[in-house]
Amino acid sequence: MNVIAVLGRTGLDLLASLGRASQFLGATLVATVAGLMPGGGRFSVGLGLLVRQLYVVGVLSLAIIVVSGLFIGMVLGLQGYTILSDYGSESAIGQMISLTLLRELGPVVTALLFAGRAGSALTAEIGLMKATEQLSSMEMMGVDPLRRVIAPRLWAGFFSMPLLALIFSVVGIWGGMLVSVEWLGVFEGSFWGNMQSSVEFGSDVMNGVIKSIVFGLVCTWIAVYQGYDCVPTSAGISSATTKTVVYASLAVLGLDFILTAVMFGDF
Amino acid sequence: MTDSIHIALQDVIFSRSGRRILDGISLEIPRGGVTAIMGPSGTGKTTLLKLIGGQLRPEQGRILVDGQNVPELRKKDLYRMRQRMGMLFQSGALFTDLSVFENVAFPLRVHTALPEDMIRDVVLMKLEAVGLRGASQLMPAELSGGMTRRVALARSIALDPELIMYDEPFAGQDPIAMGVVVKLIRDLNSSMGLTSVLVSHDVPESLSICHFACIVADGKVIGQGTPEELRNHSSERVQQFLTGQPDGPVPFHDPARDAAEELGLTAEDSR
Repeated sequence: MNVIAVLGRTGLDLLASLGRASQFLGATLVATVAGLMPGGGRFSVGLGLLVRQLYVVGVLSLAIIVVSGLFIGMVLGLQGYTILSDYGSESAIGQMISLTLLRELGPVVTALLFAGRAGSALTAEIGLMKATEQLSSMEMMGVDPLRRVIAPRLWAGFFSMPLLALIFSVVGIWGGMLVSVEWLGVFEGSFWGNMQSSVEFGSDVMNGVIKSIVFGLVCTWIAVYQGYDCVPTSAGISSATTKTVVYASLAVLGLDFILTAVMFGDF
Repeated sequence: MTDSIHIALQDVIFSRSGRRILDGISLEIPRGGVTAIMGPSGTGKTTLLKLIGGQLRPEQGRILVDGQNVPELRKKDLYRMRQRMGMLFQSGALFTDLSVFENVAFPLRVHTALPEDMIRDVVLMKLEAVGLRGASQLMPAELSGGMTRRVALARSIALDPELIMYDEPFAGQDPIAMGVVVKLIRDLNSSMGLTSVLVSHDVPESLSICHFACIVADGKVIGQGTPEELRNHSSERVQQFLTGQPDGPVPFHDPARDAAEELGLTAEDSR
């Protein structure tokens, strides 16, 4: 009976948490819209806050994205060549690398890295602002923290993720080309030619972009919500940061399956 | 509610995690004076300030600020009302990524369209009022605890509020810093004509500057009046709090099981 009670309690807590998170997202969207309406504050101030967060969340994530993209592309080149050469199909390696990166690895790995680097930083920053009463003091000054603190971070993640995923894929393709063409001797013309003939802008590139837009929103939503809702103690912030990485990673992987089934499934 | 009353709490009930913090409390805070709300730790003094500021909602009762019932205000009206309030948090709550100057300028930049040179003048005047004009370019991490609180005070008066609330302004201060805060609260109140509400358990400092004080315990007001009236209050509980006696109506020992029973001692052991 105890096990059933615990399961029931856990389920109800999860539902309540999901409800609070949805309410929080709704309130942030309303705060964003209110900020864009006449009398909602100066547009230049809001834009300035967004640009600053785009730098913090996006530009500062570039290093890890570029390096990871390069190595993953190089590994794909190496593994792909080893497998394809057994069948004499090494000329298809450009096609394999580009489709793997654009459809799957680009959006998914970028989102996982983003959750680990930017997501955890967002949660810790907002959680610390809460613990040190900075959010409360903002409220008491008549400034809505949802509009001032949360919205710029949420939209920065939303806009950054697809760009980071595209950069990841481009660098990955270049890394794969370095290994397969420059090192292992695959003919450059077939590498690029096969890629050009098989990759479609709509179904491959754009579907990858759509995936990363969804991942961007979900990862950043989880990160800012965990920070805003955390218990304002050092243990609470630490737990919230861990939850951000775990929940965002699981959400990305789960959503990837659903999106892949919808976009590429041929049932 | 008369015009001389700035804030009125009427039968306010508030609970947290199933525990009743405020149990039908009623209180009137006069306009233009310093009111001290005192009481033992954990009796809901800070909760009272958060209720007045609309950061918490009571289960029951009315909280009137300038005649407006705070829990019933729409978000927009609440934020507008808060622009006429200042609050000094116990930790200072300065924005750690902004300099002292930018912290004080923050409410001015958000709520006014003042040109940059005027913002600079106002910020420096506010910092001068708390004696920290020379620290304007420092970052919050470079300030001592006392300086942090003074900068936070400068920020909370940046918009010239009508009401200022101090949450434990003397806690953790050395004697000099405490003296500075006492002087600032008194001087700001008289020079700006503010209504000041301070929440504290530092009895001598609070009574030295307030015009009116009340003592909160068990979710209710157990004594109120001028400092002189409180010192002569007939309640033993009020006297125990004011004089800091370790035992009295509030016992030294928390309620517990019989000590011998809990320690497993028998009658034979005690012989």
